[in-house]
Amino acid sequence: MNKYGKITIDGLVTNNAAFKLVLGTCSALAMSATAIKGFGMGISVTVVLLLSNVLISLLRKVIPSTVRIPAFIVIIATFVTLLRMFLYKFIPDLYDSMGVFLSLIVVNCLILGRAEAFASKQPVLDSALDGLASGLGFTAALGIMGIIRELLGAGSFFGIKLWDFQIAFFSSSAGAFFVYGICIALFVFITDKVEKTFRKKKAQLLRVSHDEPLPEPETAEANNDNLKEAE
Amino acid sequence: MGATILTIIITAAFSSNFILVQFLGICPFLGVSKRTGSAFYMGVAVTLVMVLATLITYPLYLGMKALNIEFLEIIFFIFIIAALVQMLEKIIAKISPSLYKTMGIYLPLITTNCAILGVAELVIGDNFYASIGLQAASSMNLGYALLYALFAGVGFMLAMVLMGGVRERIEKLPVAKCMKGFPITMVTASFMAMAFYVFTLL
Repeated sequence: MNKYGKITIDGLVTNNAAFKLVLGTCSALAMSATAIKGFGMGISVTVVLLLSNVLISLLRKVIPSTVRIPAFIVIIATFVTLLRMFLYKFIPDLYDSMGVFLSLIVVNCLILGRAEAFASKQPVLDSALDGLASGLGFTAALGIMGIIRELLGAGSFFGIKLWDFQIAFFSSSAGAFFVYGICIALFVFITDKVEKTFRKKKAQLLRVSHDEPLPEPETAEANNDNLKEAE
Repeated sequence: MGATILTIIITAAFSSNFILVQFLGICPFLGVSKRTGSAFYMGVAVTLVMVLATLITYPLYLGMKALNIEFLEIIFFIFIIAALVQMLEKIIAKISPSLYKTMGIYLPLITTNCAILGVAELVIGDNFYASIGLQAASSMNLGYALLYALFAGVGFMLAMVLMGGVRERIEKLPVAKCMKGFPITMVTASFMAMAFYVFTLL
């Protein structure tokens, strides 16, 4: 896997902002009541993250490291202000439904986190890709939560009514915490399983490629057991 | 007047509790609520900064509106909050080193806290007066904004301390591996949010 592939996979899955790193929780919880809100918030964050990553990466040799955090915050706040003006003019529905959380993109830990950990050290193209991948990972997480909560809480899918059955719990704030918690648990469970099978396959490949087979983990454990019994 | 004050107190602390209903300030709620003690001090620090930030940002916004530069509010507010937190940290360290040791360490954490910027943005909102039971936007003033900030902070502290108590107990219980940490905390918060939902029916 080359460098760009790794950055993409990291941002989308292995370091998924919402489910793995648990960053930007406030907006993830508040804006996942419906699928449209979730995707709207996710894409807004992605746009700000992409633009701020590019600009910070371009300025990384200009900004002195002692005042880098205030400088990053000003850059992010500027892009959020621009985004707010854009949405106010062109997508007023989304602007209204996002309310105070649109301004709060400024204090979304994900954006400042990527600026500090990645964009302030890496070249422009890498930073842009990292911003895009992390943002889309966040969008996917919010979208999934939005779809689940809308389907169960309102019985609709992207605003289209599917059935009359609805559980008010899922559209309330309690449902947001519940769905988020369960989603994180499932994500951890699935990634653990995938990682385990991946590691097993890799070990098998290694064994095939070597003339001498590597010691089986089972036998090693059995040896340990024997030792324990001997003790 | 009296009714409005009561409405603000109930609204800010309970029926639109910052953490459990409005989802503001979730990061410290998840990060610093492992012990009741630290949760309490974090709550106090947040309340203090909330009130001071509102005290500055609310008049500032009115001034900005007069100059027609209110589109710069996000940049101004975030700078004021960051400067305020830095200043407060220095002052507390100077006045009382013992207080600094217990509370000061939480101060840098709240510079980029949604709850602080959230309260500053909420009280200047166009429809804020209606949510606290006022008849017209013109009767909104700095006093109400400060009262809202204070009790939003109290509500924040309440949720933090309750969560701290619950988490101290959860730590001793056997929890499935994938539910450990954030997931079980989220599900617990969900049940607490259900309890707070009752206040919205008042």
